[in-house]
Amino acid sequence: MAKIRIPTPLRAYTDGASDIDVSGNTVGEALGNLVDQHPDLRLHLFQDDELRSFVNIFIGDEDIRFMQGLDTEIEAGDSLRIIPSIAGGSACN
Amino acid sequence: MTSLHQRFADLTNDEVKRYSRHVIMPEVGMEGQRRLKASSVLLIGTGGLGSPLALYLAAAGIGRIGLVDYDVVDFTNLQRQVIHGVSTVGVSKLESAEARMLDLNPDIEVVKYNEPLTSENALRVFGEDWDIVIDGTDNFPTRYLVNDACVKLGIPNVYGSIFRFEGQLSVFYADEGPCYRCMFPEPPPPGLVPSCAEGGVLGILPGTIGTMQATEAIKLLLGIGAPMIGRMMLYDALEMSFQTIKVRKNPKCPVCGIAAGDIQLIDYEQFCGMPAHDHSEFSSVDETEAIDIKTVTVHDVKAALENGDDVVVIDVRDPHEWDISVINGTLKIPKPDIQLAKNGIQGGRRLWEETILKDIPKDKTLYLHCRSGVRSADSIAFLSEVGYDLGRMYNVEGGILAWADEIDPEMPKY
Repeated sequence: MAKIRIPTPLRAYTDGASDIDVSGNTVGEALGNLVDQHPDLRLHLFQDDELRSFVNIFIGDEDIRFMQGLDTEIEAGDSLRIIPSIAGGSACN
Repeated sequence: MTSLHQRFADLTNDEVKRYSRHVIMPEVGMEGQRRLKASSVLLIGTGGLGSPLALYLAAAGIGRIGLVDYDVVDFTNLQRQVIHGVSTVGVSKLESAEARMLDLNPDIEVVKYNEPLTSENALRVFGEDWDIVIDGTDNFPTRYLVNDACVKLGIPNVYGSIFRFEGQLSVFYADEGPCYRCMFPEPPPPGLVPSCAEGGVLGILPGTIGTMQATEAIKLLLGIGAPMIGRMMLYDALEMSFQTIKVRKNPKCPVCGIAAGDIQLIDYEQFCGMPAHDHSEFSSVDETEAIDIKTVTVHDVKAALENGDDVVVIDVRDPHEWDISVINGTLKIPKPDIQLAKNGIQGGRRLWEETILKDIPKDKTLYLHCRSGVRSADSIAFLSEVGYDLGRMYNVEGGILAWADEIDPEMPKY
């Protein structure tokens, strides 16, 4: 069981949860389990079955792009993190 | 890392006294303070992040500080933009900030660029001898523009970004490490950028991140410590947690992976699918398809509601805005919900009757309003994409702000 840290912008789709326990042996399986638990997240993380290009997934302090991507193996107790693309400000039109 | 430059300016006796708490530290010393006086830093934005940046960098004795902003101080800015004040509401942010900076430290020079940063002017502005550019903007198009122009000109970009209770800090300096695009190759599509309801920011947060950006700038100028090159700090104010992650240089980066001379500044509003600033003429509606959206006035809305016309008035603002003000008798469906439903229908994942759109009749005239009229126009475009008749949808000009101005002066504006 690994844990995924959900950034603020995506907590609207996890009923406000910030840390979610997920099952799976790889990053891809863990994210699959995450979107099974919270289906509204799927649109934000995946385009078809590919991770969206602006979604950054880290294990600890490492970017999975520089590991084996979605195939990167994870162990129980690993901390995954979705790093949001944020621009700042609070403009409402 | 060594200092960015080897220029030194003489200090007057008054300046030695002013900066004595710096000068007595060996990491700064007379030499470092003389170096700071000979330094130049350009701040993009004089808002939430720009306020602490401008104040602390002025106080620290950076000899030349540039400010880029086109806006005027608004009352709602004062929750976080602490360089401004009630006395400068309605005044140019540049004038307001300059006055405060020179009051704090008259020995510095403030250079003002009273214009939105664009692909047309960025190289001219950035090219006027700046050692460092600090990104304190509030939108994706300008962030990509700042990055690309900095990479092209070889200027370090001290990056800070904020959202609600979270902040990010890094130094993107392509000569020494990765750039913003190595980490964020593409912006999120407009539909996935957090909406107003999910937006907002703790007023103190830009203070926290902005002062950290100022710290990184000073470190780079003095050549001391370990700069945030190749690292990003993630700050969560609610948990008071700081975590540092690695940012690696992407050898295939479309910007810092090519020769500087080949880097072209592009149309960043189109790249991001969103306007870069309030005065932008960019419209996502115009971009997707040049559709002609009809409008009505708030007086038409009032008449329709009073006469019980066969009109449905839809408020597409976000739920927290309904607590501030509301026009009675409206159907309330936030724009992101309409967009989500539209995307679901277009993607074949949902039927119309399975979405919230089932509450919006297809056989009636629809008046859509938001705060000022932008989100309601987008919503009309979305609805037209999933079978609603453009001929029977009307955008309420000026939104609920116009209602407050023209119909109900008691209504609070925000």
